[in-house]
Amino acid sequence: MAIRKPPITTREYWAPGHAACAGCGPAIVMKLATKAFSEAMEEKYGDPNAFAIAHATGCMEVVSAVFPYTAWKAPWIHVAFENAAAAASGVEAAWKKLGRKGKILAIGGDGGTADIGLQALSGMLERRHNVVYLMYDNEAYMNTGIQRSSSTPYGAWTTTSPPGKYSIGEDKPKKWVALIAAAHQAPYVATASIGDPYDFYRKMKKAASVDGPAFVQVLAPCVPGWRIPSEKTVEIARLAIESGLWPLFEIENGDFYNIKFQRFPKDGKFKKPIEDYLKIQGRFKHLFKRPEAIQELKNQIKEVWRILGKEVELL
Amino acid sequence: MPKKVISGNYAAAYAAKHARVEVVAAYPITPQTSIIEKIAEFIANGEVENLEYVPVESEHSAMAACIGASATGARTFTATSAQGLALMHEMLHWAAGARLPVVMVNVNRAMAPPWSVWDDQTDSLAQRDTGWLQFYAENNQEVYDGVLMAFKIGEHEKVNLPVMIIESAFILSHTYDVVDMLEQEEVDEFLPPRKPLYSLTDFDNPFSIGALGTPADYYEFRYKIAKAMEEAKKIIKEVGKEFGEKFGRDYSQMIELYKTDDADIVFMGMGSLMGTVKEAVEILRSEGYKVGAAKVRWFRPFPREELYELAKSVQGIAVLDRNFSFGQEGILFNEAKGVLYNTGAKPIMKNYIVGLGGRDLTVNDVRKIANNMKKIIEKGELDKEIDWYHLKR
Repeated sequence: MAIRKPPITTREYWAPGHAACAGCGPAIVMKLATKAFSEAMEEKYGDPNAFAIAHATGCMEVVSAVFPYTAWKAPWIHVAFENAAAAASGVEAAWKKLGRKGKILAIGGDGGTADIGLQALSGMLERRHNVVYLMYDNEAYMNTGIQRSSSTPYGAWTTTSPPGKYSIGEDKPKKWVALIAAAHQAPYVATASIGDPYDFYRKMKKAASVDGPAFVQVLAPCVPGWRIPSEKTVEIARLAIESGLWPLFEIENGDFYNIKFQRFPKDGKFKKPIEDYLKIQGRFKHLFKRPEAIQELKNQIKEVWRILGKEVELL
Repeated sequence: MPKKVISGNYAAAYAAKHARVEVVAAYPITPQTSIIEKIAEFIANGEVENLEYVPVESEHSAMAACIGASATGARTFTATSAQGLALMHEMLHWAAGARLPVVMVNVNRAMAPPWSVWDDQTDSLAQRDTGWLQFYAENNQEVYDGVLMAFKIGEHEKVNLPVMIIESAFILSHTYDVVDMLEQEEVDEFLPPRKPLYSLTDFDNPFSIGALGTPADYYEFRYKIAKAMEEAKKIIKEVGKEFGEKFGRDYSQMIELYKTDDADIVFMGMGSLMGTVKEAVEILRSEGYKVGAAKVRWFRPFPREELYELAKSVQGIAVLDRNFSFGQEGILFNEAKGVLYNTGAKPIMKNYIVGLGGRDLTVNDVRKIANNMKKIIEKGELDKEIDWYHLKR
């Protein structure tokens, strides 16, 4: 009997023993991203190990490297919070000068990317470093205990956007860093979700394969931060796609007129109600007493789709 | 050996070139900018073989990129000044904590406000606890020599710490002077390629750098840096001696003593102002004053032993600080006084706050200070401990 080749590599760069929560979305991101990277490096340079990682401060940094242990089976550096892209720029420059072929992977959460690290990210993209920046988006500062970031969606509870008599929770629309990255005319920009791991895997591989900078923003639910059951992480990330809340797209060289979409319904009508996505998350619980807030959230998402060039219907 | 009339900034750039730096990540700021302009020119004209210049978007990112490059194993250089140095502050701790021998030239410039671009040492002295070695250059030659020695000292296996070479805004950075440069072969012989402790290109021994250190380990990491700093004193003297033997300019002393042997009063200070002070010593001696100068070359590690030796033989030390720690006193004064407290040496020490924000210190000023010190020594007591010498009345 023939044994089918596994759809993704069996090589591991993210070792067991890290201290992430059960059901952690970003931990799935780390595992898949490094595997995809290694496959791309093998195809491109004949060397699956031709990469190093620069990591911003955050959950995945803290849980993965507690001296003298590490979960990383790849060269890895953490240089504070706001500068994974800058540190990666330096690593890449040195790789080049020391004659090592390969690509650098920079990793940051949404706080480290959308807020404090945005300037360094912009610099790295603009200078055309051969770096993939991976933003794992769990939509708040989870490492410090669930504070809002500019990537927190409208209506969400966080400890610094608590709902109350005078508050519906987070009251600003989510900032889409992928669009900012694409505006740099980077060779490759994509959004992904661990709700579709194969799509994410393909995009990471593509990002790692292109020459020059790439940016991938992946939705990665946080069990304590979103107040969700630990076995629902992937399911919720999938519902985000199916309800239309999380557009999956690719933009190459900043060409906003030729955006490629994935899992987009042909008729533009998303089949799963947004409420299905919201109701299993404690962070949105209060919205069900405020239907106008849910409507506002839907309007904002429709506007994002419109900017992307799509008229959609959301349930 | 090729002599050139160049600015302090160009001396820094040439030294970086001769040291065969592999990565430079830097951001423009007055009065540092002509260092990185010159380096960009070297690359544009094909005068360097293997140098990557990363034109980062801020000084914070400059040091972050230098850390990344240095951790990858490259010989790494940058330059900055004042506000830029302050923006780097977090990363300065990081470079030292990660034990990366990045070399940086800082052009001393006054911190704002008021906005200023002129000489003042408070910017670099405010970084004294970051774990960087600090060398204060008196002239353009020392900028050049200092950068070359900085790589050798910082990269030494017993040190592995970043080194800051400090020069004065405009007085050195933009003033042209003769610099006796070395031939490339001489530098290559003095400064072989870097042998890093670890490298981010090494996949067979993948390293995780920048891990969490719990209370069970953090303490020992700090101790190791403290020990390396102590060790650095020996290495500084060794390298300084070797430099002298090879190239005729000796740097084996962390404090350069100028006519202190029979001096009653010694002027102590750092950086370019000591050039003026030495000139003044010369003149004052011809007028019958028994004065000398002690130029503190290395502020970190602090030359405790050398200071003690000096203090044993003099009656008074006038510490000239082109810097100030608000709520306390001049920073060099504070440190020097502290070092001597537990020793038998107790010369009279007075702090003169001079030259802040680029105000000139002249030979005549030094004469006035000498007269003031003479009176104090005769009386046997201080008129005041901290003297804002230039203050408009």
